[in-house]
Amino acid sequence: MSGEPLSYLEAAGPAARPLTQLAWGLGAVSLVVVAVIAIALAAAIWRQRSTPADARALEFVGGSGEGLRWIYVGLAISVPVLAVCTVWVLMVLGQVLHPARPTALTLQVTAHQWWWEVRYLSPSGGEAFTTANEIHIPAGAPVRVELTSPDVIHSFWVPKLAGKMDVIPGAKNVTWIQAASPGRYRGQCAEFCGLQHARMAFFVIADAPADFSVWRARQLASPTAPVDANAAAGAGVFANHCASCHTVAGTPSGGLVGPDLSHLAGRTTLAAGMIPNDPRHLSDWIADPQAIKPGALMPRTLLTSTERAQVVAYLQTLN
Amino acid sequence: MADVLVPDAPLPVAPVGRLASGWYGMVFLIATEAALFVYLLFSYFYLASQSPGAWPPTGAPDLLIASLNTAVLLASSLAAWWGQRGMEKGARGQLITGLIVALGLGAIFVGVQVHEWMGKSFTPATDAYGSLFFTITGLHIVHVVIGLLILACLAFWASMGRFTAARHVHLTVGILYWHFVDVVWLVVFTALFLTPRLGFG
Amino acid sequence: MADTTFRSDAPPVDPKLASLWETKPGFFGWLSSVDHKEIGKRYLVTAFLFLLIGGLEALVMRAQLARPDQALLTPAQYNQLFTMHGVTMVFLYALPMLSGFSNYLWPLLLGSRDMAFPRLNAFSYWVYLAAGVFIYSTFLIGQAPNAGWFNYVPLAGKEYDPGVNIDVYALGLIFLGISTTVGAINFIVSLMRTRAPGMSVNRMPILVWGTLTASVANLFAIPALSAACLLLWLDRQFGMHFYDPVGGGQPLLWQHLFWVFGHPWVYALVLPAMGIVSDALPTFCRRPLVGYTAVALATVATMVVGFGVWVHHMFATGLPGLALSFFGAASMVIAIPSAVSVFAWIGTIWTGRPVFKTPFYYFAGFILLFVIGGVSGFMTAAVPLDWQLTDTYFIVAHLHYVLLGINVFPVIGGLYYWFPKFTGRMADERLGKLGFWVSFVGFNLAFLPMHLTGLRGMPRRIYTYPAHMGWDLSNLLISIGAVVLAVGILITIYNFVVSLRRGAPAGPNPWDAATLEWAVASPPPAYNFRRIPIIASRHPLWEDRLDHVDARSVIDSDIVLDEGRETIATSVLDAEADSILRMPGDSLAPLMLSLALLVLFFALLWSGWWLAGAAGLLCVLITAVWLAPTANPVMTEEVARG
Repeated sequence: MSGEPLSYLEAAGPAARPLTQLAWGLGAVSLVVVAVIAIALAAAIWRQRSTPADARALEFVGGSGEGLRWIYVGLAISVPVLAVCTVWVLMVLGQVLHPARPTALTLQVTAHQWWWEVRYLSPSGGEAFTTANEIHIPAGAPVRVELTSPDVIHSFWVPKLAGKMDVIPGAKNVTWIQAASPGRYRGQCAEFCGLQHARMAFFVIADAPADFSVWRARQLASPTAPVDANAAAGAGVFANHCASCHTVAGTPSGGLVGPDLSHLAGRTTLAAGMIPNDPRHLSDWIADPQAIKPGALMPRTLLTSTERAQVVAYLQTLN
Repeated sequence: MADVLVPDAPLPVAPVGRLASGWYGMVFLIATEAALFVYLLFSYFYLASQSPGAWPPTGAPDLLIASLNTAVLLASSLAAWWGQRGMEKGARGQLITGLIVALGLGAIFVGVQVHEWMGKSFTPATDAYGSLFFTITGLHIVHVVIGLLILACLAFWASMGRFTAARHVHLTVGILYWHFVDVVWLVVFTALFLTPRLGFG
Repeated sequence: MADTTFRSDAPPVDPKLASLWETKPGFFGWLSSVDHKEIGKRYLVTAFLFLLIGGLEALVMRAQLARPDQALLTPAQYNQLFTMHGVTMVFLYALPMLSGFSNYLWPLLLGSRDMAFPRLNAFSYWVYLAAGVFIYSTFLIGQAPNAGWFNYVPLAGKEYDPGVNIDVYALGLIFLGISTTVGAINFIVSLMRTRAPGMSVNRMPILVWGTLTASVANLFAIPALSAACLLLWLDRQFGMHFYDPVGGGQPLLWQHLFWVFGHPWVYALVLPAMGIVSDALPTFCRRPLVGYTAVALATVATMVVGFGVWVHHMFATGLPGLALSFFGAASMVIAIPSAVSVFAWIGTIWTGRPVFKTPFYYFAGFILLFVIGGVSGFMTAAVPLDWQLTDTYFIVAHLHYVLLGINVFPVIGGLYYWFPKFTGRMADERLGKLGFWVSFVGFNLAFLPMHLTGLRGMPRRIYTYPAHMGWDLSNLLISIGAVVLAVGILITIYNFVVSLRRGAPAGPNPWDAATLEWAVASPPPAYNFRRIPIIASRHPLWEDRLDHVDARSVIDSDIVLDEGRETIATSVLDAEADSILRMPGDSLAPLMLSLALLVLFFALLWSGWWLAGAAGLLCVLITAVWLAPTANPVMTEEVARG
């Protein structure tokens, strides 16, 4: 990935590429217009300027010159350009409104203050599963994304893969994304949604189709009971302190308030793409989420440092 | 040139009739108020069109009393108009009678409307329909009350002899507002009471 | 016959008229003044103060955003700051500033002694001030509006924003709407009634066209905002369900109502400012405006189309493709009337003989900024591209080019242009040009890189951002540019303050301009015109020097009208005199009514229903006293001729 993860001046899929071409094309037209007008303006100013020495400048008044020609010629040039651009825009609109071929995979993305819940529907009778903040898709295939929100309006945006689609409570908006090749694409909530709107990122990870199948299979697997004593103790702490909000599939923990933590260890970031998922950051996050992401809906948990270490050890086993 | 633009004959001193700035002011006030009701009715039809269930949820509101009440309000407008016509002929008694009748009928309208509200099975907080119904009819009632206050002022000023056959711009302007309140009700009545019976709700 | 040559002296003071029209000295006189020039100046000063407050808010935000991952501000503080910045600039600065110009200038431009409703004019100002105080009342206790200037629900609903923040927003904007509405009615009726004989519609200055268009639009746009805010307040206060999907409401209802208001409003913020340029630029080009009729029609056309494009703020809300195509194409069409104006201005400069005074710098700079803001608007009108651009810093850049470029630059240019008329003194040219260059460079340094930041995906309304997103350098530049711009504005203020005392005396017409306001003394007497002028062309003060104009206006005609506060009323299109208007005198009623309304709105804010009822009753009483008919009116009158 380049150093500009949210830039849409480079596209990585067919839903975004025509938009990027449009950005460059209309951008170029705009620059030409600005340049032409700037030159015309400068020329107009310097052409017959009155010098400061010209004491009579203010007394001179010219009649109606040939100025109207500017309007006629200006419109004669700009209106056709505008018309051509409009037609191009409408063609692109038709091009990206729907994918070229039917989508094989449907994701239900639920935008929460301030994280993303992602549900993978069963392809055909297979099992569905839920994850959060990191969306794996198979590269090269269009993916249908159904968007809902239980709280406020958000906007689902992966600039390199597609334009924005608002996520509106009470409605189900649908968009589609497709990555031409494997890679990791940053996404971000794009509609102001409250205190931590700035920190509501996510990632779309496009895997080669075989890798995607492996990933998918792993998500469907139940966790193995932790062997390490520390982690086993952590499972208990988790059940007592965390399970009312968080789910770990295959265990009794089934809270629905916060992100689903099944297979958390397989994710690369925490707190909606904000901090790396390693034991130290995980521990800091559990200790005091408000210090890292003020206003986040996860409260400070009253764990001893031992308990915290145990929970971290347990979560590390969920891969 | 100047002769055409400024006649030599004496000019009337406004405010008289449609030369009065106040008359124009009221016309534009009515325009912006009408727009307010248009947006509220837009909200009504927008939410109706987005509603998954029946609209209105409790069935179309009863027509009988509302229709009679509409007639009462129309009659009130008529009375005000009759009174105003009297003043234009110099008959102050007719004006005051007309205004008092208009006031009385307007007050009856408000009373009946409030009585209708009491009988509703829903409240403004029940659902979107309840919110819309009470807000739109409520805002109209607010306008009726303002109209009644205007009529009361006009009756008071009339009794003090402030209007003459030639000069009564307050009357023209105030009664124009009263007619507007009346017309708004016809539109509200059509939207809230009649359209649900047309089958596209 | 009037003397209309350059450097003419102002007509002599008429003591009888002065005693009729002048406001009584003293504090209560000041409070009760209904002089449109006094009210206009109050608007200008108050709106400028709001510009400075909004600017300070911006500077604090730019400090926070100068580097990634800074924590100068908490997210809660940042959200209130950006919301108040937007609310201040869009509602409390931009339109009131233009109302200030128009209030001061309209009667002077149209050849009248006052607006149609002088007391309503005072009321409109006091309500504006009261609404400004109301909207800022909870800022210092940390409970200012915090859901953005377009305040989307459900984030602005009670469930997600339980404090008083949004109630202030909803009630405050309804309150302010009263001011804007009565102001708009006043402008429209003034236009229809209080023009000098002969000031037919095809001779009105473009500023008048701009303000007229904005006023008519406001009459139909403001109710959408008032309705939206009323429904929001009812949702929050009484648990209604207009916007709440669980109760059958729709969050998108807010967006439709808001943008049906919002888009015409944006044009209301720029059309009068474009009018300032169309009227003042020709003075410095030493020729009449090219394409007067085309520019006047373009002004009206922009607004007409402007009512049909609100959905372009909602392209990403999941609307069907057909609607997107329609509103996208309609938005493209708006470029055409804008292009007409741009080419008219360039044509005016091209065929004119530019004189490099400070106002000219601002107007010429404005043309360039207008075009940059215009083409970025054209890019956002492209529906699929807008799905990328919207809610990024590209939009922030675009709207600042539009609102600063098309509003603030003409406004400062206009302040320089009419400073001699307002104060009787010339502003300093050297400081003026310095202020322009610093502002112009600072502005472009702040907002040009912002386009690129947006194209690189920086979302708007984020209180901080991670490093390594490609935004670090441009954000630093933006913050530096903001400071430079602020310095430019400070130089301008310094210039005004110093010139107010030490500027060279201006005389009635220092720029040798063509329009009526320059025919009277600087500053003008309370009654404006000693005699009612009779107008024969668009350029009353240039007629003897324009070869295509045969007509001669009469500035100091024989129409005296000094039996009371009087001016003449004329017919709507051709401006033929049809009656004499008796204008009301100074009054405290407008101020009293505004104060009663302020109490009413505070009572509503804090749910003090009894107090609200009492204040409402007081409003009714004051209004009744205010509007009561006089006992012995005059019926007809000879036009007193000198």
